[in-house]
Amino acid sequence: MFPTKLAPLQGSNFAPEVDALFYIITALTVFFTVGVMAVVIFFAIKYRAGSKADRSRPQNENLFIEIAWSVPPLILGLVIFAWGSVLFVKMRRPPQNALEIFVIGKQWMWHIQHPNGVREMNELHVPSGVPIKLTMISQDVIHAFYVPQFRTQFMVVPGRYTYEWFEPTKPGKYYLFCAMHCGAGHSEMGGYVYVMPPKDYQTWLAHGGSTPSNEHPTLVQQGQELYTQLSCSNCHKEQDTERAPSLYGIYNKTAKTDKGDMLVTDDYLREAIVNPYDKIVAGYTNTMPEYKRVTQTEPGLTEEQLRSLVEYVKSLSSSATPSGLTPGAVSPAASGGPVAVNAVATQKPGGVSAVAAGGVR
Amino acid sequence: MATTATPHGAHHDDRVYHQFEDYEQQTDSYVIGMWCFVVQEIMFFGALFMAYTLYRWKYQDDFYQARQTLNILWGAVNTTVLLTSSFSMALAVHYAQQKKQALQQACLFFTLLCACAFLFVKLYFEWAEKFRLHHVMGPQFHWTGSGSPAHIQLFFSLYFGMTGLHGVHVLAGIIVIGILMFMTHKNYPSVRDYIPTELVGLYWHFVDIVWIFLFPLFYLMPK
Amino acid sequence: MSTKAISQEETSHIAERKNYLNNGSSISSWLLTFDHKRIAFMYLISISFFFLIGAIAAGIVRLELVSPNGVMLENETFNKMFSAHGITMVFFFLVPSIPATLGNFLLPIMVGARDLAFPRMNLLSWYLYVIAGILLLLAVFMGGVDTGWTFYTPFSSLYSKTQVTLAVSAAFLAGFSSILTGINFIVTVHKMRCPGMTWDRLPLFVWAMYATSLIMILGTPVVAITLLLVAFERVFSIGVFSPELGGDPVLFQHMFWFYSHPAVYIMVLPGMGVISEIMAAFSRKRVFGYHFVAYSSLAIAALGFIVWGHHMFVSSQSMYQGIVFSLVSFLVAVPSAIKVFNWTATMYKGNIDLSTPMLYALGFLGLFVIGGLTGLYLACIGTDVHLTGTYFVVAHFHFVMVGGSVTAFLGGLHFWWPKMFGRMYPEFWGKMAALITFVGFIVTFMPQFILGFLGMPRRYHLYYFAGAEFQPYHIMSTAGSSVLAVGLLMPALYLTWSLKYGEPASRNPFHAVGLEWTTQSPPPTENFDTPPVVTWEAYDYGEMEAHEAHLDEAELEEGGEAKKEVEKL
Repeated sequence: MFPTKLAPLQGSNFAPEVDALFYIITALTVFFTVGVMAVVIFFAIKYRAGSKADRSRPQNENLFIEIAWSVPPLILGLVIFAWGSVLFVKMRRPPQNALEIFVIGKQWMWHIQHPNGVREMNELHVPSGVPIKLTMISQDVIHAFYVPQFRTQFMVVPGRYTYEWFEPTKPGKYYLFCAMHCGAGHSEMGGYVYVMPPKDYQTWLAHGGSTPSNEHPTLVQQGQELYTQLSCSNCHKEQDTERAPSLYGIYNKTAKTDKGDMLVTDDYLREAIVNPYDKIVAGYTNTMPEYKRVTQTEPGLTEEQLRSLVEYVKSLSSSATPSGLTPGAVSPAASGGPVAVNAVATQKPGGVSAVAAGGVR
Repeated sequence: MATTATPHGAHHDDRVYHQFEDYEQQTDSYVIGMWCFVVQEIMFFGALFMAYTLYRWKYQDDFYQARQTLNILWGAVNTTVLLTSSFSMALAVHYAQQKKQALQQACLFFTLLCACAFLFVKLYFEWAEKFRLHHVMGPQFHWTGSGSPAHIQLFFSLYFGMTGLHGVHVLAGIIVIGILMFMTHKNYPSVRDYIPTELVGLYWHFVDIVWIFLFPLFYLMPK
Repeated sequence: MSTKAISQEETSHIAERKNYLNNGSSISSWLLTFDHKRIAFMYLISISFFFLIGAIAAGIVRLELVSPNGVMLENETFNKMFSAHGITMVFFFLVPSIPATLGNFLLPIMVGARDLAFPRMNLLSWYLYVIAGILLLLAVFMGGVDTGWTFYTPFSSLYSKTQVTLAVSAAFLAGFSSILTGINFIVTVHKMRCPGMTWDRLPLFVWAMYATSLIMILGTPVVAITLLLVAFERVFSIGVFSPELGGDPVLFQHMFWFYSHPAVYIMVLPGMGVISEIMAAFSRKRVFGYHFVAYSSLAIAALGFIVWGHHMFVSSQSMYQGIVFSLVSFLVAVPSAIKVFNWTATMYKGNIDLSTPMLYALGFLGLFVIGGLTGLYLACIGTDVHLTGTYFVVAHFHFVMVGGSVTAFLGGLHFWWPKMFGRMYPEFWGKMAALITFVGFIVTFMPQFILGFLGMPRRYHLYYFAGAEFQPYHIMSTAGSSVLAVGLLMPALYLTWSLKYGEPASRNPFHAVGLEWTTQSPPPTENFDTPPVVTWEAYDYGEMEAHEAHLDEAELEEGGEAKKEVEKL
């Protein structure tokens, strides 16, 4: 029963730096603790009642000493603060070419969506040596996607996309935990992150992931199917019409809305679907119906479906013509990643659509 | 055990409770205590005002749509009523200082009436209509106008939450004024001097000020 | 330096004297008392009761965690256990403990007053606490709460099917009990100081209580309204935090932590005040840097209000918000460090008496330093991203809350026990308990730092994913908790025993300086026979001998007269 581990494995690009910071703070902690306690014990012995120590001219106040023991610790603290903040800024700025994978947290499991349509549950397969950006949202309560061996964590919140990024450094199997209390299944809402050498990852992805028997349409294809099912194309045409603006080429551009100019982001697109009245493009009125998110009491779209719709609309910003949407040609430019494109090319179009309005949870 | 004479016995002011040395210390203590209570109430309402401010900033249009259903006339009537009640409350304190009990009671009673009128207008004229129109948040909520129903419901959540909390404080004030009037009428020793009336006055002015903020924030909000 | 031996005559004389304990013995003389000392005693009983409840819940949690697959509980029940532990300990023990027991008892005496400014409000505050406690017990008996003491939305407002409304109502009422205590203390310190008691002659315990009271009245209302909104969301569908309505669940976190961070200073500042008193008394020296220690309490109170976002670094608040909160969090560590160094310097050239209260104080120094420094890992965002939501946080706050606040509370309880109850506790068992508690505490919570670093999340019932890695530390921790339990149980037993069988205490058994030591043990209802006039500085140990001699004389005179009265009968 002797404990075998004192420190977690280092599995990502952040781990070494987080650990270095951790150990420096540990050194400071040990230094000050031992220092203070040594002095206290020394005084307790030397000046114990009845001892013959020199107690003449005891001091009660000394400004110089107060400054001496306030300012240096403060400076040390600020150095730690600065280092930690710089590291944090790195953690919040994913590289442009990061491979984007979508995570949906729900009570009590993780649903992972790879852009090419492969889905996972409580498992995340990623290639090593490639920056990975997880775009996450919760279906219900607040969760947190935590991979301790990568030293990364971020909350997964309902109603808004959050993200974290990392670059796995070593193939292997790493713990995945939910780190925000979310109910009865909180401690069981975990699994593993499988880091694979890039070639193996490609193969895995191309063969449909861990359940190769299903054929998976890509996320964009799923979105396109849903788009048709929900009759979005009745109003949103290739060009702007009286009823609705065109959705082509809008992603990452500025939209002129009644609330001012806004950048069209993933959140913007998602909001536009579940709550179209919030921001209305200039020149239009609020005639778009709400496609609400499913709740405990009302039917609606799941976050997976919303993500697929968002990905589909994003894809309309990168292809030449609307009808030229063959799976192989689709390059999810926004989420980037040379890795994904090859995999997509081998996917069959259509296939089993597990997506239906208000259906899959 | 020896009981040496306490200086406290030297000048026995029966207005002064045993823990205080003299009347001035007692008065100062009560006033500071009441201000601490008001500060605490400010933090209490303040948090709600913060939440309202944040959401209003986020959903300006929807909040504007929703606020148009509020009846400015009744809001203004209530504001006038409450301001008048603050005036009569101040008068009551003044008469209490001058030991004119009949006038003090009359002013307190008038304050009480104003407070009841405020609640009546709020509940009967404003809130009842909201219930009829299904603007009350919850399963019965139904919004037929323009704007996002979700955000409109958020507006009404804040509206009912904040005006409701304020109303509870008005009701508490009514009860306290009522008790003060009763005790004054029966000549209870603890209300023989003007300080209790002044403290109640301080509370009442605070309740009024909260409304002075609530009214423009909810009823008069521009686009 | 042990307590002076008391003669047989003095014993019977002391036992027969009228004091606040024997001044009326009917139930109503207790339940309707306005005497701050009796109210403090009633608070002591009630918070001890809730400490027991919280401790039992903790014991069950620790037992359950020895196996990665759990031992006997369902997930839901485990969640209810740690929630009960947190809610009880935070709202019903840590926040009221020192202020409502030691503060209530000592504050008026330390400033030379007959009672607090508002004795009836003091009694009201106790009743609010009791009613709140009943609501909490009701919540527990009707199925419990599973949200954790932090009640994060939308889980608490929309998803949890447990007694959330009852539990938040209990916390709400307990909050108002706290606010009333704060108002009482502020007014008392401002207005009821006896002649000669200037601000810079106040004991540091009073400064600490004053700073604590400021936080109580400014911070508690915010959490009150936040919790009320959660209840309203459940009952009236007022969806302020509901994402379905466009509400922001993270807003709850901002509003909640706006109080709950300052709240941890409500929990630790009074403890720091106690430590100042004990360090002075048992070094027989004025506290080093009196003004720095006094003002650092105010600095902690002020800075404590602007760091709340450090609980939310990974909550989706903006990166810039996070950096600002991190900076200020490092600043708030400095006043605490100043105190620790000043206490250490107090021992220099002192006359150290390692009695039980001093053992607790020295334990506090070590454990609080570790607890405070481990806060730096969490203030530093780069490491916090890894450590937040794990056992590292749990270890950190238990070090400051238990190693800090509870240790200080026990130290203070032992220090002032003779004053409060006129009885000495058995010194040997006192020392034993202090050592056992210290050892048990370290064995319980040190492994949890490693667990957190390894990645074990908190509020986890099962941990089979990494069972082999985590289990050894959980077993160590549980083993330590059984020792800790013994160490905490011991004072409960021997202190209660001492009420009847303990050696009667003299007026000033520890030869300490302070107004509370100039009056009887236990004090008379009016606190002082004659209201004091203060002409000496705080902790005036140099001048003390003459003053004490004078007081002893006066007491012997009194005793002589009383003896004559007794002999007449």
